[in-house]
Amino acid sequence: MINKFLGFKPDEKLLPSQTVTEDTEIDLSSHKYQKIWLGPNHPGVTGNMAIELTVQGTTVMRAKTHVGYLHRGFEKLIERRLFVQGFPTSIRMCVAEPDTNEYFIARSTEELSGYADAVPEYANWLRMLSLEMARLAGLLRGVPGQGGTFALGIGVQWGVYLRDLILDRFEELSGARVYHMYIIPGGVRGALPDGFKERMEDNLRDIDDFIIRIKKLMFHNSVFKQRAKGLAVITPEMVDKYGIVGTNARCCGVKRDVRKDNPYLYYDKLDFDPPTATDGDVYSRTWIRWQELIQTVDLIRQIMAKMPKKGDIRCKMPNVLNWKIPKGETYVRLESGRGEMGMYYVTDGSDKPRRINLRGPSYNHAISVLEHMLIGQDVADVHAIMVSLQTCPPEIER
Amino acid sequence: MKELIEKLSSKYELQEVVYQRDNLVFAAISKENAIEAVTYLRDYEGYTHLVMMSCVDWIEDGKYQLLYLLHNPKLKNDIGIKVYIDRENPEMVSAHHLWKSVWTYQREMHESFGIVFPGSPRLEENFVVEGWDETPFMRRDFDTHEYAEKTYFPRGNRKTNDPAEYMRKKLYPNQPVTAKQRKDDK
Repeated sequence: MINKFLGFKPDEKLLPSQTVTEDTEIDLSSHKYQKIWLGPNHPGVTGNMAIELTVQGTTVMRAKTHVGYLHRGFEKLIERRLFVQGFPTSIRMCVAEPDTNEYFIARSTEELSGYADAVPEYANWLRMLSLEMARLAGLLRGVPGQGGTFALGIGVQWGVYLRDLILDRFEELSGARVYHMYIIPGGVRGALPDGFKERMEDNLRDIDDFIIRIKKLMFHNSVFKQRAKGLAVITPEMVDKYGIVGTNARCCGVKRDVRKDNPYLYYDKLDFDPPTATDGDVYSRTWIRWQELIQTVDLIRQIMAKMPKKGDIRCKMPNVLNWKIPKGETYVRLESGRGEMGMYYVTDGSDKPRRINLRGPSYNHAISVLEHMLIGQDVADVHAIMVSLQTCPPEIER
Repeated sequence: MKELIEKLSSKYELQEVVYQRDNLVFAAISKENAIEAVTYLRDYEGYTHLVMMSCVDWIEDGKYQLLYLLHNPKLKNDIGIKVYIDRENPEMVSAHHLWKSVWTYQREMHESFGIVFPGSPRLEENFVVEGWDETPFMRRDFDTHEYAEKTYFPRGNRKTNDPAEYMRKKLYPNQPVTAKQRKDDK
């Protein structure tokens, strides 16, 4: 409008092209572009990873994910240790939900050594409880965290407080707050303490209030809605092409949930339906995760109501220090808060695993998907897109 | 799963077929037919989701074992296609044209095992380690302990406890504890 009034005709060639794709040519020597490193030390980046952005003005032309800042060679270190000694190392591969890795190692070793059916029923219910509590602790950070990328910081503080209450319950159950080592081959390490259910119910009531408050804070906020709607859309065609799983797949109508598709533990005895959306944008991903928060609280209540009052917590296992597992291989998977996680476990008949390989959802989400989605976006939205994909670097570099 | 294996074995020579669970089967295919079989499974049998690619070092046989783990979202089952390649001259046909996530796996395997995938994009870029000129670190012949001793000089006055010994005392107090007693056990 102002240009029309002044009679100014800008040279279109000098302006950023409107549609930027992966094929758009970039000549760095033309001085039209700039390189920006986002991370590895940046409050908005999820964990220690860096994104190398090539920008023109504020439009992202290229993005490259750099990982390796957390690499400690966990998979290699586990190859040098006895089966049971792999536990303390494996849980550090995923800080947000370490219980998933405990389950993988416990389940794989049980399956390969023929103890899969020997695990007592009570122990399996406790495993499920601990996995759902881990999901809840992850979502209490993840859902308000999405608001945090659009400057709604207060929700994160509420979430961290409530997550701490769940960590208190973990401490009661396992003796540890973050890395629990609760699920072990043959069962779990301890029974439910007296009064646990009442204290958990108290916390869940607080979380019920939080769910309503976070809805008002985020989904009733016009800035959040305007910025998140239509941002970084995942289409159903992308799901298989890029290996997208979990909430990121469900946000565009592709209903994938390991708990429903390949039920493990007693998930087939619980009544739930994974939420889906159709838009595939940041808004619908956040909306699904908010609904998952409600669902997880409900699942914990269902588990506590349906589980037996008491029972054996583990079956009799061989001496773990002289434990040899016959040659074999397996893949065990579960649905984590971020999507399908799994572990490829190979044994060679010795007392140590031959190879373990973790399949984390972020391996695809943070590299091929993120690099593709950032192209053509505004620099200010990069954090929002990254958090909406729930990227977690430790499971990439292991 | 049995029908699928029968179909596959009519087209390709399968080895080491193992039904691990009702919904998981592993089978080995020759290096020449592997990518063709994976493409067939993706396009005609509905195994559209690549769960993961992995590599195992069988140093005693002089082979690397590659794994293409595929999932069928309709039938909810998985098939693991295994390929054995020579360890001395590790080279495999790239599958980056099949899924957009494959090049990342190949880039990682190139760095951690030294396997070459000709034509795979950004293969030479660093993945998790920068400026690494030792043996690729996931190979069985790379000794992490020896590397740590060599790179980070030993610190004096440092006591180390054998975790296995500690666990033995804690978990099995009535069983022999010392190394000599353990030897006698065996």
